[in-house]
Amino acid sequence: MKVIVVGSGKIGKFIVESLVREGHDVVVVDNSVKVIDEITNQYDVMAVCGNGADWETLVEAGAEQSELVASVTDSDEKNMLTCFMAKKLGARHTIARIRNPEYNDSSLGFFKEQLNLSMAINPELLAAEEIYTLLKFPSAAKVETFSRRNFEMAELKLRPDTPLDGMKLFEMRQKYKGQYLVCAVQRGDEAFIPDGSFTLRAGDRIGITATRSEIARLLKNLGAMQKQARNVMILGGSRTAFYLAKMLLASGNQVKIIEQDREICRELCDSLPKAVVLQGDGAQQEILMEEGLEQQDAFVALTGMDEENILMSIFASNHKVPKVISKVNREEMARLAEKLSLDTIVSPRKIVSDIIVRYARALRNSEGSNIETLYHLMDGSAEALEFHVNAGSPVIGMPLKEMKFKKNTLVAGIIRQRKAIIPSGDDMILADDNVVVIGSGVRFEDIADILA
Amino acid sequence: MNRRRVFYTLGLILDTEAVLMLIPAIVSLIYGELRSASMILLSSAVAAAVGSLMMLICRKRRSAIYAKEGFVIVALAWLSMTLFGALPFIFTGELGVIDAIFETASGFTTTGASVVTSFETMSKGVLFWRSATHWIGGMGVLVLMMAILPSDTEGSVHILRAEVPGPTFGKFVPKIKKTALILYLLYIGLSAVETIMLLFGGMDLFESLIYTFGTAGTGGFGLSGTSLTNYNPYIQWVVGIFMVMFGVNFNLYYLVIMGKIRTALKSRELWLYLGIIGSSVAIITIHMHNLYQTFGDNLRTSFFQVASIVTTTGFATADFDTWTGISRAVLFMLYFVGSCAGSTAGGIKVSRVILLGKIIRRDLRHMVHPHSVGVVKFEGRRVDDNTLRGVTSFFVLYCAVLGSVFLLLSLFEPDTDMITNMTASMATLNNVGPGLGKVGPYMGYSFYSVGSKIVLSLSMLFGRLEIYPLILALSPGLWRRK
Repeated sequence: MKVIVVGSGKIGKFIVESLVREGHDVVVVDNSVKVIDEITNQYDVMAVCGNGADWETLVEAGAEQSELVASVTDSDEKNMLTCFMAKKLGARHTIARIRNPEYNDSSLGFFKEQLNLSMAINPELLAAEEIYTLLKFPSAAKVETFSRRNFEMAELKLRPDTPLDGMKLFEMRQKYKGQYLVCAVQRGDEAFIPDGSFTLRAGDRIGITATRSEIARLLKNLGAMQKQARNVMILGGSRTAFYLAKMLLASGNQVKIIEQDREICRELCDSLPKAVVLQGDGAQQEILMEEGLEQQDAFVALTGMDEENILMSIFASNHKVPKVISKVNREEMARLAEKLSLDTIVSPRKIVSDIIVRYARALRNSEGSNIETLYHLMDGSAEALEFHVNAGSPVIGMPLKEMKFKKNTLVAGIIRQRKAIIPSGDDMILADDNVVVIGSGVRFEDIADILA
Repeated sequence: MNRRRVFYTLGLILDTEAVLMLIPAIVSLIYGELRSASMILLSSAVAAAVGSLMMLICRKRRSAIYAKEGFVIVALAWLSMTLFGALPFIFTGELGVIDAIFETASGFTTTGASVVTSFETMSKGVLFWRSATHWIGGMGVLVLMMAILPSDTEGSVHILRAEVPGPTFGKFVPKIKKTALILYLLYIGLSAVETIMLLFGGMDLFESLIYTFGTAGTGGFGLSGTSLTNYNPYIQWVVGIFMVMFGVNFNLYYLVIMGKIRTALKSRELWLYLGIIGSSVAIITIHMHNLYQTFGDNLRTSFFQVASIVTTTGFATADFDTWTGISRAVLFMLYFVGSCAGSTAGGIKVSRVILLGKIIRRDLRHMVHPHSVGVVKFEGRRVDDNTLRGVTSFFVLYCAVLGSVFLLLSLFEPDTDMITNMTASMATLNNVGPGLGKVGPYMGYSFYSVGSKIVLSLSMLFGRLEIYPLILALSPGLWRRK
């Protein structure tokens, strides 16, 4: 499938990488020769140097025959114009990155309709939403939601003192009863789709699918439940920080934001009157201590520098802040941060590329089922997809135990009429169900891909 | 340097070559030459065995190809292809070892310089292989490998860039595999058309295939010492026009097929290329002084030689060494120009000549107006400084290599005149084939000594790969383990 990615900055490059790995024909448009050189050396893509909103450039990139145009440059206006032009030229679908808060209110719907956008994505807002979910549910290192939050997958890091150490999964099920499923385990750099005889170890990162309340109950039984964060300190006054603070304040939490730039501080004060905005260098530890870092429930590092975020997060962890979340964009940095025992890392560009990959994959897939959500789990070595199953799919109406699945795949949940079912061997998939599937080393395009 | 990956790919290339050798074996069988058929099969088996062994030892681990691996793979691939491609000549005993290597190098690099003195004693299968190397070498064996073999393509753009001639390399579809496939489909398509047209001219299938291979790869191996002189005018016109067509950048054909004829016709390189051909033909025809019977004969003969030299093919329909001084001088200049980038031809390439001219103009203006800011534009877009620097340093290296080859030849051949040695160096480095003097269009390279033949073989490889890959592969720094 032909995809054009306009803008190859931090986010764009990551999207290109994921799309190439998916096997799409990717054309990259960027106005810097240097970036173009770099990207054509690194990935199997064609590149066009020029302004993406320019008619000639779009024609050269082949917008007419393209299925999807994703415009992710720094400039919202340019992205909108690019998508508008591409659509007029005949691109089938367009996605624009629109991140200015001014455009992200009620005017967004108008833009989308007028410009015929298939999707508008706001990486900062998406990151803020993810962080918000984590703050509401701090025991998990990561929470992915399916089917409009009716069903969730929580990733937990098993601490050294966990009662699960050395326990086989079927023993765990006997000891901690409930409607949940351990569907993926990451140990070191390897990801497993475990069966009942799999033995858990301390230090594993496990993925559990269940409803929110079931996950909470399990965590309570395991003694790993943390209470919701009420007092949150945010480092850096970025757009993500703004969106996050807004959500937190709206649900009655205390928020402190530390930002260096006086002008940004003023703007934040103006738009978030209930927040405490502090001007100062967040990398200076005295300021954090003075503002009561040790009394906070959570610390969120959202500056533009991965390194600073990691360092200050380590500092906060050492001062026993119960929940520390850091924004880290570069993948190798994220790995490093995990080695330094920071378990909760949020990467806006990964969130965005997951969304675009899902969109592209859904466009390619045939009838039978629609991809509703897609997440890359466990550093990208496994993926979780939610399909809406249409009548006529070959998976319908057969008990799961009678179906032959591919290796390393798992049906992790069935959502029927907004009720989640943790499937056992006797359960069946019916038409109009939403089904969550986990796989490692498999690329699903259709629900039928789980069958061997 | 990722040696495993380099040698794994080399093994793959040898296996590909082994498969390709099966075709001449079949041709031999058709003509009932059992001995040569079995000898060609033996060569194929040797290549396959060595290739598979290399692949087995260097089984692939996940690893990428970077720029340096790209250069080294291309250089070593061409060297080993040449060595193993010489086996059919050696095993059948039709050529000596050094002669066989020279002939194969000349074949793969599409030079067309030959040491064969008697075509009658050679078997059809070996003759077929000799010409088939032109066709394979024209578009490049690594491009072929990329087009047909499923492999992870990470970094393989470095290989294509090192193998496809020209200052820059542009993909015309996003996927490298598809780009390579399209290149080969165009190549096969054009070749098929030429073969059919030659069949109409009265050639048999074998002959028309041989001459198509020679034309398509812009090589120049024929079936007799007098090349195409004794064929009818229709065939000479067909071959002449197809030589010009194979000298055009293949991207333009893709544009035409996609219905973007206007974009294709905007190419400055194309027009300059056609202009050079047109004006050269005009000058030479005027100075023919009715050397041949009619004006038509004059025009055809001069067009054919000009097309043959400018596309670096090296076919001949006349002994141009007997022409007037100005005619020979024009042909002499054409040796350097070569054809368009992205074609199968050798030489400096028209686009490099254009860029060199523009760089000189910019620098001259800069001397007069020291504060002027110069931007070089080509085909409607700005050329970045890296490409420009690449073009100038290529030209300097090119002259250096040419000088070294000339010096070495003169050293090894004290009795040969300078014109012969000079044009032999040029004809091999530019992959043309025939030169002037003792290496003229009706002569061969058989009189050269062993040392000279090795130098000339290397010169041909330098020319085909546009110098850089071989120089880099020979530099020890690239091989050092850290």
